Amino acid sequence: MIREITLGQYYQADSLLHKLDPRTKLVGTLTFIISLFLAKNVTAYAVATVFLVLMIGLSRVPISFIVKGMRAVVMIMMITVLFNLFLTPGITAVKIWRFQITYEGIRSAAYMAIRLTYLILGSSLMTLTTTPNNLTDGMESLMKPLRVFKVPVHEIAMMMSIALRFIPILLEETDKIMKAQQARGADFESGGLIKRAKNLVPLLVPLFVSAFRRANDLAMAMEARCYHGGEGRTKMKPLIYRKRDGAAYAVLVIYLALIVTAQKLGPL
Amino acid sequence: MSIICDHVNYIYSSGTSDEIQALKDVSLQISDGEFIGLIGHTGSGKSTFVQHLNGLLKATSGHIYYNGADIYDSDFKMKDLRGKVGLVFQYPEHQLFEENVFKDVCFGPGNLGLSKSEIELRAYAALKDVGLGDDYFYVSPFDLSGGQKRRVAIAGVLAMKPEVLVLDEPTAGLDPEGRDEILGMVRRLHDENGITIILVSHSMEDVAYYADRIVVMDRGSILMNDTPKEVFKRYRELEEIGLAAPQVTYIMQRLQEKGLPVDASATTVAEAVQSVMRVFGR
Repeated sequence: MIREITLGQYYQADSLLHKLDPRTKLVGTLTFIISLFLAKNVTAYAVATVFLVLMIGLSRVPISFIVKGMRAVVMIMMITVLFNLFLTPGITAVKIWRFQITYEGIRSAAYMAIRLTYLILGSSLMTLTTTPNNLTDGMESLMKPLRVFKVPVHEIAMMMSIALRFIPILLEETDKIMKAQQARGADFESGGLIKRAKNLVPLLVPLFVSAFRRANDLAMAMEARCYHGGEGRTKMKPLIYRKRDGAAYAVLVIYLALIVTAQKLGPL
Repeated sequence: MSIICDHVNYIYSSGTSDEIQALKDVSLQISDGEFIGLIGHTGSGKSTFVQHLNGLLKATSGHIYYNGADIYDSDFKMKDLRGKVGLVFQYPEHQLFEENVFKDVCFGPGNLGLSKSEIELRAYAALKDVGLGDDYFYVSPFDLSGGQKRRVAIAGVLAMKPEVLVLDEPTAGLDPEGRDEILGMVRRLHDENGITIILVSHSMEDVAYYADRIVVMDRGSILMNDTPKEVFKRYRELEEIGLAAPQVTYIMQRLQEKGLPVDASATTVAEAVQSVMRVFGR
């Protein structure tokens, strides 16, 4: 049930995208997201679509696996689309009782849906092809310049990697406690909203207790191995840019140029 | 009064690339009043199997009958089954959540829709059964020692008055004294209250000492299903799947090899002592 959420998961495969430096992928994803907000016409979206399809193909992650991750966000998307559809002023296309759908509304709802879908697909492509550890290494490295402003970059990265590492552990723990309480007759599936929320107490209290216990153990284990923060700390596997990363950056620049050009040209 | 498992199969993450068949064609009958020891290597499917007995996991194929009723029938009340087959998980103390011991034990019977006085009576009786005195009733469960927490958790299941009690490694992480206390209590529940017990354990000594019948699981299927004596006679097969016979059985084997006419199938220390004494004519 809970395990079926694939958003943000890593998918093991041997592909060019998997081999890229995490920094390249982070910058790439950011570029893609920015390009989505630059794109405002059909041509630009077509360019983005081609790019995304190519990247998904390159990643060798099965489409079904990527689509499964989308299911978690369908609700949010529906709400956004509905708001856009009904609340955009303009020329009326359809009128149902007091609500009206405008041509502008249809247009902006469609664009919003595509934009959100691509946004999620693009960023989940990054997490699918990058291990959480690599991802935080990449972030730490990219944020290094911020240290000048006294931002605790290493600490932030460490917290992130611990948080990511704990997601599967806590999911498993949730599953276990849920079953243990169900064995005692607890019911998590029926009743009204308030009753359901109340029924969660026997799940949440043990979960928090266990999270604190684990955090305590982890802190102890880190101290036992002389962890003292980022100062003077080196990496066993430092990130190194390779030729393929250079090529990837080149592709990114070309892609961004194409998007801007497509935007200037307007619909063909 | 019995549980019958009929060709039960269970597949984890069915339909995806990483599907694992956790149970393969498991058929087993558990009669009223039995004390069954369930042993197997880590990952042999013991925990998966016991979760089928109270319907927490649903078999991919096969049937389970509780007192003759198919638990997968659409009109079967799963909630009643949860009350009848009590399942104590590994490290059950991690499920405690209430502000005091008594309230926590009331949670189980409270879910059965009983009257307040009945709930409290059951909680009181369960706490007495696990040997926790009144002094502990209004203490936060988080302030207790490990062994005490575990007893509270077991009481939480007992308070539902199950006919069958399944305990998944109830002694993991306890010291010898705590282990003996828990197992002694389980035996009392079996002998005095007539509860059917299924004890999942990694300790061959424990199952040899307490169980009437031992079920051995390996890679999702049942390999042996017999009395402790018969099962531990086949200790060479057990060793192949990462298990063993009780230490005392090995000693008796060696004694027999050295020419002492002892009963080599002894599985408990008491039996072994008796057999050795007999050889020396006492």
